[in-house]
Amino acid sequence: MAQTLRVPGSHELRRVIGDGEAIPDGEVEGLEERDLLELYRSMVLLRTYDERSVVFHRQGRVGTYAIFWNHEAMQAGSAYALERGDWIFPSYRESAIGLLRGMPVSTVLSWWRGHPSGWWNPLDYNVASICVPIGTHVPHAAGLAWGKKLRGESGCAIAYFGDGATSEGSFHEGANFAGVMRAPLILFCNNNQWAISTPLAAQTAAETLADKAVGYGIPGVRVDGGDVLAVFEATREAVARARAGDGPTFIEAVSYRTAPHATADDPRAYIDLERVEEEKARECLGRYEAYLQRAGVLSDELAEATRAEAAEALRSGIAAAEAEPPADVALLFEHAYAAPPASFAAELAELRELLDG
Amino acid sequence: MAELTLVEAINDAFHTELGRDESVLVMGEDVGRAGGVFRATAGLRDKFGADRCVDTPLAEAGILGAAVGLCMAGWRPVCEMQYDAFSYPCLDQLITHVGRYRWRTRGGMGFPLVVRMPYGGGVRAPELHDDSPEAYYAHTPGVKVAIPSTPADAKGLLAAAIRDPDPVIVLEPKLHYRTMRGEVPAGEHVVPLGEARLAREGDDATIVAYGSMVPVAERAAEALEGEASIEVLDIRTLKPLDEGALLASAGKTGRVVIVQEAPRTAGYGAELAAILAEKAMLDLRAPVIRVTGYDVPYPYWQIEDAYMPSVERVVAAVRKTLEF
Ligand SMILES: Cc1ncc(C[n+]2csc(CCOP(=O)(O)OP(=O)(O)O)c2C)c(N)n1
Ligand SMILES: [Mg+2]
Repeated sequence: MAQTLRVPGSHELRRVIGDGEAIPDGEVEGLEERDLLELYRSMVLLRTYDERSVVFHRQGRVGTYAIFWNHEAMQAGSAYALERGDWIFPSYRESAIGLLRGMPVSTVLSWWRGHPSGWWNPLDYNVASICVPIGTHVPHAAGLAWGKKLRGESGCAIAYFGDGATSEGSFHEGANFAGVMRAPLILFCNNNQWAISTPLAAQTAAETLADKAVGYGIPGVRVDGGDVLAVFEATREAVARARAGDGPTFIEAVSYRTAPHATADDPRAYIDLERVEEEKARECLGRYEAYLQRAGVLSDELAEATRAEAAEALRSGIAAAEAEPPADVALLFEHAYAAPPASFAAELAELRELLDG
Repeated sequence: MAELTLVEAINDAFHTELGRDESVLVMGEDVGRAGGVFRATAGLRDKFGADRCVDTPLAEAGILGAAVGLCMAGWRPVCEMQYDAFSYPCLDQLITHVGRYRWRTRGGMGFPLVVRMPYGGGVRAPELHDDSPEAYYAHTPGVKVAIPSTPADAKGLLAAAIRDPDPVIVLEPKLHYRTMRGEVPAGEHVVPLGEARLAREGDDATIVAYGSMVPVAERAAEALEGEASIEVLDIRTLKPLDEGALLASAGKTGRVVIVQEAPRTAGYGAELAAILAEKAMLDLRAPVIRVTGYDVPYPYWQIEDAYMPSVERVVAAVRKTLEF
């Protein structure tokens, strides 16, 4: 499929959800009521996970936590366009995306609690480990997608990263690799317009991040990141392109970080609080709820039941995480090698003696 | 003199050095508007302008590579790496250029740049916010490495690094950024690179440490009070090393325990032990013992305390040398 490469800055922001007034609601072909509600459930689960995590942090029950409030549409919409066999490469911002693949809530909470039960096996969910060093997982995703293609397998991969990540060498190298190998990869950029305190304008001189795709010879699309249906549709197209052998797509999802970067951050020093309030007023879950109500798909009872279900998942999730037995120090020495060096046993014995001392 | 936290002392050094030399500029991720995620650069942007306290794109190789070019243009850039492990993308520039350019130009060009970063564990952080990468840096020819353990040294070593004609890497113990307070000389304060600090005098054994392990060594020495008299040597600069101070202390006590938070194999402690083997053989009355992190990735924080060299492990090692 030949793609026309656009001139810089010409990317339209794709939208499906209207504003209930001047902008009419659209529809996504092929999405049935069941799908619309499944997307809703996913967003509510993510929202609940996030809001509860901030509370758990304040209560000292989880450590430093990267808040993803108002990012749920990007995560749920894109993940819904994938098949179970496709691979997800999350950054810390998508720490809970495994929940959409059946990962227990307690697992993700445990990661933020610094407990080993939070270190899942990616093979169980086709969700790679949470990537902390910015952008360094992009080449992994390119390699996995390329490797699947080499083996004649049909799967594709999606890599999530932020606007700041597009400044990293790793992002560039991974994107270029994917382009050259025509790897079945979706490069999903969550453009929340901030990298901690650094605004997008200080991050790049490009008019849009989607423009960067031109340099890799791949299509770039720009979508309203607060519009779960637009995100879904754009990702579905990118997945179709990948499966058809037409290589990677760069998706720039434009949103806004309305919360601190993480629980340790105080954005009052650098952010425009009025803008934050404006963005909060149009946050993604509320917009989708209003859409579903206008479409007559979501009743108050169903919304209430969905929220209650998510709240219960978090209640039992934190209970399960807190019921994990304390990590044993033997874990220090496990899994760094397939066959640990002999010295580890002696070091563990010595450490135990001191700790039990 | 003022009583400052370790990170306030760093901030103080910046205010003094940027005020003193107009060619010094600070650059890094979030150093400007936010004043750094640990607030080490707070107030600099307001005082010296956005061109001398620069919020860079999120690109560590770019930061250090651009700093090389800034040096060529006559600047003295001080680069912040936001955390230890996030400095790794800059290693390519460090090894292939920063440490070689003076040599490559046969002394024709100098590269008076500084790379500073918070390092070390114990802060209950997510993965890769806890590394002790000093050995990678110390192993690189052409660069110097300093690690302060007190607020006064944090100010003085940073000032020395900024004034030094060669590239200097400064690792700052983030565990003690806000929890350690100390007297810090006001105004210009320089602690020359290459001079160790005798943190505590003793006769029976020496604990050699740097950075976040100095307080651990001091507490171990206290725990041994009444049993043995322990000297604590804070080496402060890993490169150039104050060999004289190391050999003098080893010569005096005859017993040496080296403490490092980083993994064991090929860590900086091995270098110290090798120097003692080469130059202090006849002074030593017991084998040199290293107390280190283990040869594993820094662990999940719920068990990080078991990874970090503890007072108990250091005490046990000292006793071993005493009983040898
Ligand atoms: C290589 C590297 N450098 C620096 C950091 C510290 N850091 C953590 S998040 C962040 C900002 C990331 O911004 P962006 O890519 O826009 O993602 P967002 O956090 O907004 O989702 C920085 C600088 C890091 N994690 N990794
Ligand atoms: Mg961002």
